[in-house]
Amino acid sequence: MSEVLVQPPAEKKSLLGKKERKLLTDPLSDNNPVTIQVLGICSSLAVTTQMKPTMVMAISVTAVVALSNFVISLMRNAIPPRIRIIVQLTVVSVLVILVDQVLKAYMYDVSKQLSVFVGLIITNCIVMGRLEAYAMGNKPYPSLLDGLGNGFGYGVVILTVAFVRELLGSGKVFGFKVIPDALYEAGYVNNGLMMIPAGALFVVACYIWIQRSFAKHLEEKE
Amino acid sequence: MDFLKKKILELRPDFEKGGKYAQFHTLFDGFATFLFTPDRVSTGGTHIKAGIDLKRTMFFVILAMVPSLLFGIFNVGHQHFLALGEFVGSPMVGFWDKVLYGAIKVLPIVVVSYTVGLGIEFFVASKKGHAINEGFLVSGMLIPLVLPPDIPLWMVGLATAFAVVFAKEVFGGTGMNVLNVALTARVFLFFAYPTFMSGDQVWISEKPDVYSGATALANAAATGSPFKISADQTWNYSLQDMVVGLIPGSIGETSKIAILLGAAFLILTGIGSGVIMLSVVLGALLMGLIFNGIGLTPFMNMPYYLHLAMGGLLFGAVFMATDPVTAAHTGTGKWIYGLLVGMMAVMIRVFNPAYPEGIMLAILFGNVMAPLIDYYVVQANIARRNKRLAGRGALA
Repeated sequence: MSEVLVQPPAEKKSLLGKKERKLLTDPLSDNNPVTIQVLGICSSLAVTTQMKPTMVMAISVTAVVALSNFVISLMRNAIPPRIRIIVQLTVVSVLVILVDQVLKAYMYDVSKQLSVFVGLIITNCIVMGRLEAYAMGNKPYPSLLDGLGNGFGYGVVILTVAFVRELLGSGKVFGFKVIPDALYEAGYVNNGLMMIPAGALFVVACYIWIQRSFAKHLEEKE
Repeated sequence: MDFLKKKILELRPDFEKGGKYAQFHTLFDGFATFLFTPDRVSTGGTHIKAGIDLKRTMFFVILAMVPSLLFGIFNVGHQHFLALGEFVGSPMVGFWDKVLYGAIKVLPIVVVSYTVGLGIEFFVASKKGHAINEGFLVSGMLIPLVLPPDIPLWMVGLATAFAVVFAKEVFGGTGMNVLNVALTARVFLFFAYPTFMSGDQVWISEKPDVYSGATALANAAATGSPFKISADQTWNYSLQDMVVGLIPGSIGETSKIAILLGAAFLILTGIGSGVIMLSVVLGALLMGLIFNGIGLTPFMNMPYYLHLAMGGLLFGAVFMATDPVTAAHTGTGKWIYGLLVGMMAVMIRVFNPAYPEGIMLAILFGNVMAPLIDYYVVQANIARRNKRLAGRGALA
């Protein structure tokens, strides 16, 4: 008698079904962690003077949110509710330290530039927010997607802010000069306001303004 | 005037609802009411405190600024020719050349400020279907008066646009702004283009490169006296020049006499709050006296009254701190607000070398604090009255 290894029937759900796609794309616009949930504002003001460190920051945060969501979701049934915050913090800090060490090893300059803000990812409300709101109650795979989506949503905003700030503040994009010298000779001057964190507040505000004027359904009904 | 009035009445039906040019109603209405007091009156429970409407009020403030503007125009030319070594001697030598030069420098700034500001105002008003707000009539004049004469025009336009959009329209237009609009324009330029605005070097229009000098404020910060000249400096200030206004500076701020004329006009017409002007000045003097008492640095030891003669303190006190929208409203609140602004201004001057002049930031600080001050004044009044009632046993 030989046992026939029967392949279990392929899962009906595809890896990126409608629900999964929504997990990824919702945080980009309609449920953006920065502009709609207003989380992670501090770091989007602090690290966005130039695009390069901002890019690294966006990737780091995405990695931390996605992986911590995944890990916590795996553990979610084993975590006693009363100490869940401490458990979450431990997981997040391990990941943040990992990210920090990787940056120090491979991108020392950028790591220097980002200084404490890599370590401060642990205090980024997006991370804890997603753990509490999603990972504690959902399966690992959707949690991972949710983390990725929110990381991307955060990245889109801070990269846009950094683009505007670097362009207006130092006339560069990713460190390359884009504003021609002729313009400077004609009297154009870089905007110093964009180099200080207060300038980022205005850029974020404009982002929210533009987003809401396109997406009317986000406005609170009066 | 009669002709204009007839024309306006004749054209009005076209701009009313259903008329040919109904979409330009806001624009037409704005101009018509600018020229003539409107015939529409409020019905129902309104409280009339004065017979003049907002446009007339604003116009009075502009009249009060005219002495400062005219003197500023002359002074820009005067400083320019002085730096070039022409027309030396009495300030009156070459008067018309100086006025002409100053007018060429200053008037474009005024035009740009008004065009950009009113442009945005008109656009927003017709988009929202509001009547055009009059508030910008004053801001548009204040902005040029607090800028250095050599400021590039595109910066003026950008700063005006920024201030009108972010300080005013975002909050709901005239009467709703938290911060003084003209100061917001200035503070934008101050942080965005510090090389043009920092104010530690004299502002003289098109001065020769060899001609360098610190402002009276920078002198005072360095040596404790606004008059002293350092070796590499080709300029000296006398107290008389500082009061008359024959010193370099922002266009409208230099002449203390012109400012006081404006202040007198504002107080006499009852438009500007004399209490705020007085309390800002008293606050500055008080802080100066306190610093005299502490006396740790040369600047602290500077005679306290000299603070009034330097920089834009007086201009700010008269024209900007008194802005009825952003200042405190209650009687006691005005005193607290004014003292706070005055003390803060001198404190910033003395303590922070990065900001030679403190009145701009002090007034913005006061603006932010004003609602809080008013709140506590009102609460204190309510508490006091409750106590009085309880004392009489009326609440028993």
